[in-house]
Parts: sequence; C-alpha cells; structure tokens
Amino acid sequence: MTTTETQGIEARGPENSARPASGMGRRLAIGFIRNVLPLILAIATSGILLLAMGKSPSFFYGEVIRFGLMGSGWQRSLVMLAPLLLYGAGLIVAFRGKLWNLGYEGQYLLGGVLVVGLAPYLTQSLPLVLAFAILMLLGAMAGGAWTFIPAVLKARFGTNEIVTTLMLSFVGIGITNMLIRGPFQNPDVTVPQTQVMPLDTMFPKIPGSKIHIGIIIALIVVLIVHYVLTRTSFGLRLDVYGASPKSALHVGINAPRMVIVLFLASGALIGFAAAVDMLGLWGNMRANWNPAYGSEILPFVFLARLSVLASIPFLAFYAVLATGGALASQDVGLDSHFMLVVVALILMFMSVIEYIGMKRDLGQSYLPPGLRKALASLLTRRKARNP
Amino acid sequence: MVSSTENRNRPSAPILSIRHITKSFPGVIANDDISLDLYSGQVHCLLGENGAGKSTLISILAGMQQPDEGWIEAEGVKTSISSPRSAMDLGIGVVYQHSTLISTMTVLENLMLGDTGHITLDIKGAKARLRELGELLGSPLEGSALAADLALGQQQQVEIAKAMWKGSKVLILDEPTSMLTPQAIADLEASVERLKKKGLAIVFITHKLREAYSMGDEISVLRHGRLVKSIPATELADSTEKQVKDAVLDAMFGEDLEAVGTKSLAQELSASGNAHHLRSPKSFSGTPPALVLDDISSHDSMTETPVRGLSLQIHPGEVVGVAGIDGHGQRHLAELVAGQRKLAAGNVKLGGKVISGLGVRGRQALGIRYVTDDRLHEGIVGDLGVAVNLVLKRIGMPPFWRFGRMNKVAVDLEARSLVDSFDIRTPTLHTRAGTLSGGNIQKLLLARELTHEPRVVIFNKPTYGLDLKTVSRVRAIMREFADGGGSVLLISTDLDELVELSDRIVLISSGRLVGEVRNDSPRTAELVGELMLGPSA
Repeated sequence: MTTTETQGIEARGPENSARPASGMGRRLAIGFIRNVLPLILAIATSGILLLAMGKSPSFFYGEVIRFGLMGSGWQRSLVMLAPLLLYGAGLIVAFRGKLWNLGYEGQYLLGGVLVVGLAPYLTQSLPLVLAFAILMLLGAMAGGAWTFIPAVLKARFGTNEIVTTLMLSFVGIGITNMLIRGPFQNPDVTVPQTQVMPLDTMFPKIPGSKIHIGIIIALIVVLIVHYVLTRTSFGLRLDVYGASPKSALHVGINAPRMVIVLFLASGALIGFAAAVDMLGLWGNMRANWNPAYGSEILPFVFLARLSVLASIPFLAFYAVLATGGALASQDVGLDSHFMLVVVALILMFMSVIEYIGMKRDLGQSYLPPGLRKALASLLTRRKARNP
Repeated sequence: MVSSTENRNRPSAPILSIRHITKSFPGVIANDDISLDLYSGQVHCLLGENGAGKSTLISILAGMQQPDEGWIEAEGVKTSISSPRSAMDLGIGVVYQHSTLISTMTVLENLMLGDTGHITLDIKGAKARLRELGELLGSPLEGSALAADLALGQQQQVEIAKAMWKGSKVLILDEPTSMLTPQAIADLEASVERLKKKGLAIVFITHKLREAYSMGDEISVLRHGRLVKSIPATELADSTEKQVKDAVLDAMFGEDLEAVGTKSLAQELSASGNAHHLRSPKSFSGTPPALVLDDISSHDSMTETPVRGLSLQIHPGEVVGVAGIDGHGQRHLAELVAGQRKLAAGNVKLGGKVISGLGVRGRQALGIRYVTDDRLHEGIVGDLGVAVNLVLKRIGMPPFWRFGRMNKVAVDLEARSLVDSFDIRTPTLHTRAGTLSGGNIQKLLLARELTHEPRVVIFNKPTYGLDLKTVSRVRAIMREFADGGGSVLLISTDLDELVELSDRIVLISSGRLVGEVRNDSPRTAELVGELMLGPSA
C-alpha cells in the first residue's frame, strides 16, 4: 500500500464526506458504490481468477461460507474478530489524525510476546482476573511504547512517521524473536517457542460456545473508543488536527502533544489486541510467527471511512472471509495466500473507485489526459479513414 | 483612453470563441450559458463580483475544468481543452492572481519548468526567448535573478513571460493589478498595450472599473454565472466614462445597488490610487499602548521570511497598517503576536504585562485575536459545520463543553446569534463551512474573533479576494472596532485599504520595519509607494 493511495482515500475526510442535501437515496447509492462495490468487484474478479486456475468459484465461495459461517464457523470467525476490532480501532485512531502508523506488526508482536511470555508466571502466582488485567495492560503498554520514538520524532522534528514506524517494526519483530529464542523459550521442545499456557489459565469461554470473552472485551473497548472519537472535545480536536494541522495550530491545539497521544493510543490498542489474541486464542508464540493482520485489515478500515463503529461489520466480513477462506483454500487445493489476493483486489478496486469519484467531484475526465488524448486521436484517425 | 483606433476595427473572425458554456457545481451554477468572442489585438475586460463565475470561466479556458455543456472554438474550429497542456497547445496563456513562481529558483529556471521534449535543457534558446519577451513587454527581464528577490510588479512581468513562453495567442490576466503599486500598474498597462499591438487577444479581469474603461476595447460583465452585459468595442468608443460606469454598475449589482448605497460602491469601484483617509487624525501619545512588540524576532524558516528585531506599539483605538510586498515577514509577525509561533528573541506585552510565554489559547482569553489571511485552510476546518467552526477556538471550554461533551444547545445558540449579527449567509448552522463563499467564511472568522472581549486584533489581508459588498462591510467592522477602543494591526498589500483605515502605516521589508508614515495628509499613498520602491529598486 502506498501513501498516495491512502491520502487519496483520506482526502475526503472521515465521516463528513457526504455532500449536503443531495437526497437520501443518492447518498445511500454513493455510500454503496464507495464502500460495498469494491468488495463485490473483488469477489467477482477473484472468481474469474479461480476459474482461470480451473477451480469452481461457486464451490470455493460455498466452502468459505460453510467454514466461516455455518456450523461452528461463526464461532471461529468471532474468535478471530476480537483482536481485529481492537487492531482496527488502533489503526483508525492514528489514521484519523493523518498519522500513518505502519509499525503495527512490531507493536502487535512485542505486546503479544510479553503477554504470552509472562503469562505462565503471572497466572500461577496471582488471581486470574488480576493476572489478566495486568497482562492486558502490559500488552497495551508494550505496543504503545513501541510508537514512542516515532511519535517524538514526528512531534519535534516532523520526521516522516511512515519510515520510522516501519523501520522500528522490523526491530520489534527482531526483538520478539530474540525473546522467544532467549528468556521466553520453552526448554522442553526443540522448536523455538514460548511455553504453552494451560487452557484453564486462558480467557474463559462464553458458556455454551467456543468463543472466549475477548470478543466482549473488544466490543466494549471499541465502543468506548468510538464515543471518545465522535462525542468528546478530544475527538473534535483530533478531527481538527487531522483535517488541517494548520488550523489546529491556529486554534491553539497543542499539535506535538496530539501527535504523541495519538501514536501512544494507536500502539496501545494494537498491543491490547495482541494480549486478547494471546490470552484468548493462541496461548503461545513460535519464533518467526507473524499473523500480519494489519496489512489485511487496512482496506477495511478505509472502507469504513475510519469510523470505528462502521469498522465492526467490515471487520466481521473479513473475519468470515479469512476463517472460511483458509479452510476453503485447502479444500480446493489452493495456497492459503489466495485470501491475500482477494484483499489486494479489494484495495485496488477501492482505489480506482475513489479516483473516479474524486475526478467526478472535480468535474474532470475519468481518464488520465495522456490516455484520453491517445484514444481521441485513434478515433479521429478512424473517422478520417472512413468518412 | 490610450487605445488606438485601428484596434477598434475588429478583424473578421474571432481567434477564440466561447459558446454556450455551462458549468455547475453542487449547489451553484458557476457559468450559465456564457458565449464570448475574443479577437486578436483587443483587450477584453471581464468584470464581476467574486463568485460571479470569472474564475470558473478562466479555469475552463486554461483546461483545468471541463464544461458541462457548450464548447470552445479556436479560429472557427471546435476544440476541447482537456488539460492545461492542450490549452498551452492552443496558445492560451494564463497569469493567475496568485504568483505561481517558485521563489527559490531563478527567473530562467521558472520559465523553463514546462519545457519538454529535450533530454538536455536548451538554455541558450531560453535566454534568447527571454530577451525577446523582455523587449516585447518593454521591461528587460534578468534571467539569473531569484524569483524571490523580484518586486511584485517584476514578478508579474515574469508571470506574463511564462504564460507567453510557448507563443501565446490569447493571454488571460486574472486581476493583475490587485496587489501592485501605482507605479507598477502603469508599467503593466504599458506592457498590455504593446502586447495588443503585437496582435494578442487579451482577457483582462478586474474589480476596478476605471481600469476596465481605460484599458478595455470591450467590456463584459458577469453576474451570478450569467453574462449580463456586453459593451462591444464600437459602443465603448463612443461612451463617456460616466455612461460606462453607470451601465456596468447597474449590470453588476442590479437591485442590490439600492440596498448597499450607490455612492460608496461607485467610489470603491472607481478607486485606484486615490483613496483617502476616512478617519479623522488622532493623537494617541497620551494613553499607554495596548500592545507592545519589543524587538521581537522569529526563528528561521525554510519557506517564509522571518521577523528580525521588530518593535512596534499600538494604542487603544489605533489602527496601525503594515504595508509591504507579500512575503516579507508579515505572516511571521502576525503569528508571533497571535501566539502561534515561538519567539526567538524579544517580548510581547499586552497592557504592560509580558505575555511572551502564553500560547494561542492564553492570548485568546486575554483578548488577542488573529483573523488569518488563509481563511480556507487555516481559519476554518472545511469539513466541519458552521456552528462548530464558530466555537473552534473554545473547544473544551464552558459553556460550550461540559464534562468533555459538547453542549449542542449552547453551541447552536451562540452560532445562531453570531450568524445573525454578522450576517453570515449559510443554509443551516451545520452546513460544512468549506462550502460557504469566501465572503461568508471571512464573516465567520470575524464573528469568531471579534466577540468575547477582543482587545487587540490582527487582520491579515482581511478583504483580499472578497466581493465589494463584503469588503465595505469588513472595513466598517474594523473601523467600528477601533472606534470602540480596540487596537488593530492591519496587514495588507492593498495600499488603498491601508490609507483608508490606518492612523499610521509602517512598512515591512525582509522582516524589518523600514519606515513609518503618519496618515494625515492626502499624500500618504504616494509616500508609502516611494518607501516601497526605495529598498527594492
């Protein structure tokens, strides 16, 4: 994902992009085209790809639904959704301020490894509830701390945060692996990995299901974040800063502090997501393991127009797609990375639709001027030949 | 009137024809069925208030926008101007109101920016072309000078050269005189005259009726996107200035004219270097100053001129005008006083107390207000509603916020009263502020800054780019504020405005104050003009 794409999408502002008084139906239609059509086009195009590879698209998508929604599939999808909601909220907090925190992988893994590495000790020596609280706080603090250097560099010197967060992400991944091969390594197995948390020291399940309570925690936290972003003076300051740092300076918003707060909140939510994921689902971590949720949910937070509330259905859609898709790919004999193709196609169609929408708003031609000229000259030449 | 009679005989065919151009944006019809003919060797003056559709028409001609309906004919052939490049290919050159020169590059580099087709730069050819254009414009252009070092009038000559670089047939000048000194306006008129003789078709857009009358061969008036009046060359030649003025005023304002008062409008329309001070001279030496700037400096900045050791006092009730070429430290000066920028040295005092350590909010609370010149991107947040923008500087403060939550009733109440008393034209209180017209955005800013006990207000180019009705309204507001004991720091590039409003005028150049003129004689404008020419010539 390149910066130009994100900025193009962002240029219309978070939730206020609907133009006034253009009719309810029109607004709905525009919302559908901009936010849902990319999904449909991506799924259709992936179907064509499947056909080209000699697989049946209807069978594949049927399997996705079967594994992702039917039976206990919806439960697996909800388990996957829990960390994604927190992760998405973390991205949204930074992106709304036009701060491109791309160091999410390092933040997630560092938070995760500290939680899963220390969990066996804490859960044994402390009451479970207290241990969970400390571990979740720890994950959030680790994720937040990993944004601190980029945040300070951005706030003080205006250093490009895309570069600094991305670079530090690699450092974070490296440290995670060092910890797994060092202090947190389970000496009983040869494969470098942390100790496996006993099931009874992990998050309890919601009675009568396989879903751990992480989804409830995530929903509560995400709704609180949504409230803060949309209903409080802090949320308004954030929107002013995101819309125009110049205006923020003009109206007396402390921009450096805003940058640092947003980065810390973003990293903390991502670290928190890791804690919920570790305590609820995984219970241990292997070396070189990286779920790379961030890159996959990135298109969905933009489709949700950086609204935390709107991100819930989009992320749920992704959770179903990913849960069902992983198994469906195996079923039809595809690499599990095929789901990444679908995600990439969503991103691509979204960018194209945004581009066309922007051109339309500006009243300009949809085609780039060079292409337009070439086509026009082709047409006129043909006309000249057979008048 | 200077134009020679042979130009009045229009050549048989127009060089460029605009046919039934219609262009609408959400909520407005910017151009409504406009047809115009441009002839080579003629100056076509385009008059109209801001928002009348002049800019849209230019951007269609420049290839920046596509019309919804209608077409353009170049020498009788129907064409579409699909991009700025195809406008250039048709020989249409545009000189925009705002400088498009890159200040860190030399004149020659600026001119060669658009060159394509060669791997190596053709510097020799470019120099020859520059010499040629310099002769054509009647003022030699120095290719190796940095664009930043040029006076505004010279910058404009370079802009014209840039527009004609690839060989223009049509030259569009968008309000070219709005920021020039009287001397530079005379130079520009001479250049236009020479270009006309060379056979260029010139579109001259202006606010000032006198210029239209003296320079135009033909006058067209736009209003609300429609072409409401055309005075062809033959008719213009036979009319007196008074007749033309009456006809144009009538077309521009129609029924609005009675509402505002014909006299003051006519005065402003025809004003061109002959404005006079409307306030009686006062003496402020008896009272202690409200604002004291004590040897203040700002930190160096990559793109803007910093302030260097500037001292100034403003008394209650006094209007101090800051004259100077744009970009000579005015912005830093305003931001240092408003608290948006850190002082590198010196002190700012309000009512005898040092307030250097306070930020925007602290100073705002003490009564220092700043009406910024960058209304759209700094003054407001376009995506937020009018009501929220009106309380933008009080986010989190009671009574508009309680326990961190916005008190919508209090905000709407405040917004309603400000919208009414400042006559902000907006469909609703929650309409996105960015969709308002420039004049209404300025009224919004004035409403925000001039309420809740203002003491010192910095106005940075407060009437720039506004329509005449709003201009007179904004000036009245400033006058009223000063008459009520407020202190005004008025930064402007419009000499007429400074002379009309200020008690004294200081001149800023390269971040320093280089002169001061008391505004108590009819020669003020002349004296300031001389001061401006002094250092830059």
